[in-house]
Amino acid sequence: MSRISATFEKLAQERRKALIPFFTVGDPSLHQCVPTMQAMVAGGADLIELGIPFSDPMADGPTIQRASERALKQGVSLNDVLDAVSRFRQGDVATPVVLMGYANPIERMGREAFAERCAEAGVDGVLVVDYPPDEARALGALLSPRNIDSIFLLSPTSTDERIKEIAAMSTGYIYYVSLRGVTGASNIDVADVARQVARIKSVARVPVGVGFGIRDDATARALSAVADAIVVGSRIVEEIETSSESQAPAAVGALINRFRQAMDADR
Amino acid sequence: MKIYDMPDREGHFGPYGGTFVSETLIAAIDELKRQYLRFRDDPEFQAEFAYELKHYVGRPSPIYHARRLSESLGGAQIYLKREDLNHTGAHKINNTVGQAMLARRMGKQRVIAETGAGQHGVATATVAARYGMECVVYMGSEDVRRQAQNVYRMKLLGARVVPVESGSKTLKDALNEAMRDWVTHVQDTFYIIGTVAGPHPYPMMVRDFNAVVGRECLVQMPEMAGRQPDVVLACVGGGSNAMGIFHSYIPHESVRLMGVEAGGEGVASGHHAASLVAGTPGVLHGNRTYLLQDANGQIIETHSISAGLDYPGVGPEHAWLKDTGRAEYVAITDDEALNAFHTLCRMEGIIPALESSHALAQAMKMAPTMKRDQILLVNLSGRGDKDMATVAERSGIRL
Repeated sequence: MSRISATFEKLAQERRKALIPFFTVGDPSLHQCVPTMQAMVAGGADLIELGIPFSDPMADGPTIQRASERALKQGVSLNDVLDAVSRFRQGDVATPVVLMGYANPIERMGREAFAERCAEAGVDGVLVVDYPPDEARALGALLSPRNIDSIFLLSPTSTDERIKEIAAMSTGYIYYVSLRGVTGASNIDVADVARQVARIKSVARVPVGVGFGIRDDATARALSAVADAIVVGSRIVEEIETSSESQAPAAVGALINRFRQAMDADR
Repeated sequence: MKIYDMPDREGHFGPYGGTFVSETLIAAIDELKRQYLRFRDDPEFQAEFAYELKHYVGRPSPIYHARRLSESLGGAQIYLKREDLNHTGAHKINNTVGQAMLARRMGKQRVIAETGAGQHGVATATVAARYGMECVVYMGSEDVRRQAQNVYRMKLLGARVVPVESGSKTLKDALNEAMRDWVTHVQDTFYIIGTVAGPHPYPMMVRDFNAVVGRECLVQMPEMAGRQPDVVLACVGGGSNAMGIFHSYIPHESVRLMGVEAGGEGVASGHHAASLVAGTPGVLHGNRTYLLQDANGQIIETHSISAGLDYPGVGPEHAWLKDTGRAEYVAITDDEALNAFHTLCRMEGIIPALESSHALAQAMKMAPTMKRDQILLVNLSGRGDKDMATVAERSGIRL
């Protein structure tokens, strides 16, 4: 069983929902990457999504785009991302790590080399934002023998047919995009998300997480009643943006802890 | 003649093209694909398109034999396909008329576009005014500064121009921003992409709407010169004017097709926008194609004197034509393009766009090496009125 599935199984037994924070590797600095991940775990994160910086992050809003720009200014590459995961793994073998990014840096490294490096580093899942199903299948065929999950997005506009296709390909969990827009927008309709998640769960074999635009504890609390996991990204990046470099991990840890307490309040 | 029917159903040109977008855009793209395939073969749609091209755009555009220029070079005869005479001054309007007609049929009241030099933005603002649609144009803040006149033209036409401050603040960032707008407003918004790039069906659709250029040439060249040209040349940024004139000629294998990219300060200098000449395959803006990227797969900043060629990618069909050898791609530097620009002004009384000046410069290079009865057909894709400030500045003149 993959580390991701084991984590969700344990959470289900405890009747808790997964809290999945996201940040971009190299933001605010490469040096603070592992301390930030450790602070997230200490604050109550169950799984960590790491953004691979890319020069043209089409599906992201301005906040995560700025995080990418800060990382790229320091020359952070996909190699650095994988090295950061290796360093994190030296101290933490339990928390799953998912890489999220765009196709081009992965293709530039080569799919096979990327899959191999992911396995060596201890990566548990990969989400390529701009891969269509055919390309994702080709990458997935390299990841699954290495026990690495393929994570996919579904959105409010996904058709039933599409949901079935993606659900059949997904391992680990499915990431439901809770609004029409880019990351960091703020117009979530909780009742609509509940209906959509139920629709996905009727065909999915894996847990369903919700993300894009979850900015406060109240929304996280409401959505954790309907989904298996809550993904928080832009809100964390904002915290990094407004903290000093040395204080960023502590500030992020405290923020995660507030989300954690809100999500566990109804247990 | 071989039948050429690229792309396949999934939008692939060999290994290039495809649909590399986030799930959040898939439904919109599927809908666009369905609707376009429906109207592509619809006689009523095609009749209206032909009517608009004739009466609104001013087609067919003539072919002009540049006799003085050809004589001065002492070799092959240079003919110009005068897309610069179209309404709004470039080939871009062919595509925006087609996409606006499609947007109307899909019930979309709002159109958005990205623009570099501003020509596509102007062409989009024009059709939006023509059809009474809301129009938002995304433009890199660097380009807004460089192309102040076109920004004002778009505003006159009723469009809202949004300066984009992210990344390199140029065309590629404007495209990212337009995609983000589309994701957010997908129900009421139609995204009019200006070149033969982006996710399927855009490369095919934009090519189809511009293919009228080459279709006209196939008829006009025998009328004018008694035969088809030996070489067809066109500048390539994203590559829409080139695909427009190339497409009908692809099955005519005796006609050489030559795409001319922006060599900037020289390909060796690293300051250029020649993705086919100097790039490597990768994925950007929804398709797999040749890109200018670094060793880590990050897109690098490009340079060209012409904002319309200043783009790190290229349409996937060009990538395929390059790999198969059906078309050849070369680069022309800023200085060579400027020289061609001034030469055409003085010898033929035609002020070409700096983009088109790249194709012209390549023709001027080749003509003296060829026989007098050979023919070079250059797609003069736009007029140079928009480039006055840039050219004057290069000559040390303040307007």
